[in-house]
Amino acid sequence: MGSAVAQIRASSKTLLASGRPRTSASTGQVIRWLILFIGGVLMVMPIAYMISTSLKWPHEIYNLALVPNEPHLENYTYVLEDGRFYGWFVNSLVIATITTISNILFDSLVGYTLCKFRFPGRYIVFIAILSTLMIPTEMLVIPWYLMSQAFGWLDSYWGIMFPGLMTAFGTFLMKQFFETVPDDFIEAARIDGLNELAIWWTVAMPLVRPALAALAIFVFLGNWTAFIWPLIVTNSVDMYTLPVGLSSFGDEADVQWELIMTGAAISTIPTLVVFLIFQRFIIRGVVMAGLKG
Amino acid sequence: MASLVLRNLVKTYDKTTVLHGISLEVEDGEFIVFVGPSGCGKSTTLRLIAGLEETTAGEVEIEGRVVNHLKPKERNIAMVFQNYAIYPHMTVRKNIGFGLRTSNLTKAEKMARLEDVASVLEMTELLDRKPSQLSGGQRQRVAIGRAMVRDPAVFLFDEPLSNLDAQLRTQMRLEIKKLHQRVGNTIIFVTHDQVEAMTLADRIVIMKDGHILQVGKPSDVYHRPANTFVAGFIGAPSMNMLQCTVDGGLARLASGPDIQLDIDVSQGRSVILGVRPDDLHPSGDNPFLKGTVTVREPLGPDTLIYVDTPSGEVIAKADGQHPPDIGETVQLSASRSRLHVFDAETGMSLDSNA
Ligand SMILES: Nc1ncnc2c1ncn2[C@@H]1O[C@H](COP(=O)(O)OP(=O)(O)OP(=O)(O)O)[C@@H](O)[C@H]1O
Ligand SMILES: [Mg+2]
Repeated sequence: MGSAVAQIRASSKTLLASGRPRTSASTGQVIRWLILFIGGVLMVMPIAYMISTSLKWPHEIYNLALVPNEPHLENYTYVLEDGRFYGWFVNSLVIATITTISNILFDSLVGYTLCKFRFPGRYIVFIAILSTLMIPTEMLVIPWYLMSQAFGWLDSYWGIMFPGLMTAFGTFLMKQFFETVPDDFIEAARIDGLNELAIWWTVAMPLVRPALAALAIFVFLGNWTAFIWPLIVTNSVDMYTLPVGLSSFGDEADVQWELIMTGAAISTIPTLVVFLIFQRFIIRGVVMAGLKG
Repeated sequence: MASLVLRNLVKTYDKTTVLHGISLEVEDGEFIVFVGPSGCGKSTTLRLIAGLEETTAGEVEIEGRVVNHLKPKERNIAMVFQNYAIYPHMTVRKNIGFGLRTSNLTKAEKMARLEDVASVLEMTELLDRKPSQLSGGQRQRVAIGRAMVRDPAVFLFDEPLSNLDAQLRTQMRLEIKKLHQRVGNTIIFVTHDQVEAMTLADRIVIMKDGHILQVGKPSDVYHRPANTFVAGFIGAPSMNMLQCTVDGGLARLASGPDIQLDIDVSQGRSVILGVRPDDLHPSGDNPFLKGTVTVREPLGPDTLIYVDTPSGEVIAKADGQHPPDIGETVQLSASRSRLHVFDAETGMSLDSNA
């Protein structure tokens, strides 16, 4: 009894000792913090300016002060009351969502196949997919356009989405992640009588959830902010995506930056939501838990 | 009825042949252990039986039907893997029940099976945990449960205990043996631990380089090894091997008295004389080896002594309390019936009863 109390006391003492805050920091630490601080500021500045500009009157936007002289919400009212904004928002949302789902399914299906099946030509296929990563998007825009024109895809959702429904990067990422799934899991499922598609879906996919979450964030953001291709492939204002639509505020002579910034500020909300939903899946070490302890 | 028959199994990867004709007949309910050094083809044999790999030649027959062209799930087997391979994203209940997903039992029957297996494995309270909340031994039990729930004709275990620590290993070994006595299914168990093999097996299959070297009861392979490899592989510490030549029915060592052989070996032929440390003792009648003690390893009841002799270093067993001192010269002897004679060229046993 007495010894137990002593033990508790001893362990609470070590707890206290380890929890005591450090009073002084080394020079190395100060430098590290400084670098992180500068990095942080560089990341936050554009966002701060975006929000600040969205609160300014037109005559004030070239004034670099971060705090507006007369902050107001008129820009928000204007953008939200402008019917076009909702259309663009919905276009972007539909396109980014479908593209994300498509990438998650097809990138992982191809990545899984390349990783877990031995078939002739497997290596060549993989290299071919990888090599497309080296071609810049700008070079592909014209062929895409000609293709869209030939198939009548111009000015449609399909036309905006088709180049991104699968990506070489996503395929590569998923292949690399499936390498971390031990073959034993797959073979165990095979012995348990699942067909190959069911093994992919019920066994392999849950084991790479962190990678799928990362891919989802990556693809969603990429499509949500895509500009050049949607600009080229769309003609009618109704088909614009959000970034294309926002850039059309104002005419060539007079760009209405305060409205663009307001739209941009609103359009960051879905990206935050997507990030918050998926980042909790990015928990490392999920795969290892079922293996030797 | 034989529950499993392997007929001349050959497996070739690209151009390297890793199995050179494996043949074996396993009786219903037998506990068979495959042992052999790393890379000898134990896992490959198991994977051919399971249908995870295609055979290059030969036949696998389970319960009287040739299953070469059947998928793993159609072979009525279940397998337990070295690193368990239990799904981390599913609870214990789901993991164990996973093997029943595609069976055509009713839901109630499936539940009953699952409860049954859980109680046999004493896992009932753990059913709703995730694998990450289990200890190594418990995870291994889940893996066994997942195999048991399907009540297969043949259980395949690929080194299921090698990731456990020594103590848990001994405990799980006992549990598997009890389990086998209770459920009675045929088990094929792969290990490279010869103690595991000796303690678990009804019959041991010793493999090397894709060949089966000997099949037999644990006592057979221990007392009547078919060749020098089996003799050296089974039993710890390994059997002492002494080079000698045959001269008129006598085996002649590098020095010391000749040993009478009661087998027919042609004149001048080289043979290897094998004697287990357990059978080799200081003093006694008719000593045939003489040397100096270099190392002593006390084991409690006995002491192992390493003795430098003209025929090389040998290990012998001495008294636990009064072993010879280091540096002391000892005479070693063994009962004639405990000597094994092997052909020096082929390594095959020349004993008449092998
Ligand atoms: N997919 C493969 N391609 C080529 N060679 C292979 C393949 N799988 C196994 N081998 C070879 O087959 C031989 C036997 O391998 P196997 O896994 O059956 O050995 P093992 O007896 O189980 O060894 P261990 O005790 O290390 O598990 C090894 O030499 C190995 O290199
Ligand atoms: Mg193996």
